Amino acid sequence: MNGIHDMGGMHGFGPVVPEPNEPPFHSAWEGRSLALNRAMGFAGVWNIDRSRAGIEELPPHVYLAMSYYERWAVRLQNLLVECGLVDQSEIGAGHALRPGKPNMRKLSPADVDASLIRGSYTRHATAPARFAIGDRVRTRNIHPQTHTRLPRYARGHVGVVESVRGCHVFPDSSAIDGRDNPQWLYAIVFEGRELWGPEGDPTLKVSIEAFEPYLEAP
Amino acid sequence: MSEHEHGHPHASELSETQLRVRALETILAEKGYVDPAALDRIVEAYETRIGPHIGARVVARAWVDAEFKRRLMENAADAIVAAGLAERVGDHLIAVENTELTHNMVVCTLCSCYPWDVLGLPPTWYKAAPYRSRAVIDPRGVLADFGVTLPNGTQIRVWDSTAETRFIVIPMQPAGTEDWSEAQLAALVTRDCMVGTGLPTPDAKVQR
Repeated sequence: MNGIHDMGGMHGFGPVVPEPNEPPFHSAWEGRSLALNRAMGFAGVWNIDRSRAGIEELPPHVYLAMSYYERWAVRLQNLLVECGLVDQSEIGAGHALRPGKPNMRKLSPADVDASLIRGSYTRHATAPARFAIGDRVRTRNIHPQTHTRLPRYARGHVGVVESVRGCHVFPDSSAIDGRDNPQWLYAIVFEGRELWGPEGDPTLKVSIEAFEPYLEAP
Repeated sequence: MSEHEHGHPHASELSETQLRVRALETILAEKGYVDPAALDRIVEAYETRIGPHIGARVVARAWVDAEFKRRLMENAADAIVAAGLAERVGDHLIAVENTELTHNMVVCTLCSCYPWDVLGLPPTWYKAAPYRSRAVIDPRGVLADFGVTLPNGTQIRVWDSTAETRFIVIPMQPAGTEDWSEAQLAALVTRDCMVGTGLPTPDAKVQR
């Protein structure tokens, strides 16, 4: 969706302000917000793509007013209610009012370390790759109202296939139906001026990781 | 976090977000969905075990061991685990190398994708709007915010992490450090160096 999360190329947010010696968490609740999201992600009721969509669906004014881990907390609450794991009256009460769903996959302390290592999103190909290294391709000018990983600044532009990454879970459909629908993934590199026009930095190249359905012949 | 008219917050006053997170944990634990001890372990992992020191060791090894570097550039996760630099690394980690000609910078314009396995949690600036918006259109301006100036002719390559692939920048080894030990070299490699917003700088104070 064309949400506020898709920020590449926007103006007006000011300078980057690094924080010297930044701690992993600025207060304890940030760590709990992250950990709760990870633990419920492990339950497998929703996948990473649905989870990302949960952040992107926050209205722009809400998104911008919240810190990172606040967004995670709100996203978690919304997904829990949407998936029927917790209901709104329990959120209001701050306590469980009914027993939980049975047979849920629960993260144990012993499984934590393994759960923190990223899983693999590679899947078997169901068709040969349409593009090869060195091919010129154009990103499609598409504006899905649902989750996509094709950023707006990179739509409708011509780039070159730099790498073929194999076949991966396709986020656009996975966020909706939870199925893998594997698609070829490519690194597509654009000249800065292709993206930003003749005033763009002539020394700049930008690459995105693009799934085959994002691409067409130029 | 609101302040009362008399000008100071109550010690017991919790922000709406603190209350929300606390309530979520209570509800999820009561319903049997989460084990608070597992949550403790997750927090502890990122506070004490998983951080940029892992990536720094990888970079230092690449500087001193050409064969390791060759394997790192080929398949970073396998090379790092085979070398014993981390117990496990998730798939799809890609090492990109700075040279005299090209400087690499990593961003996730859509959110916060970051090589957690080797760098730990992303810093706040990496997840915030100024970096995500400008890295792809004005990387030299962003680098200036970090006090980094590249030669005018250096090509800049920005990697937008839009899929499950993750990137770690292998910076150039600073001149004059050729006879340093691997541990001394690792101490030069900051998190920002491995995101591409910093350069390793030999510091006279580093003990040889």
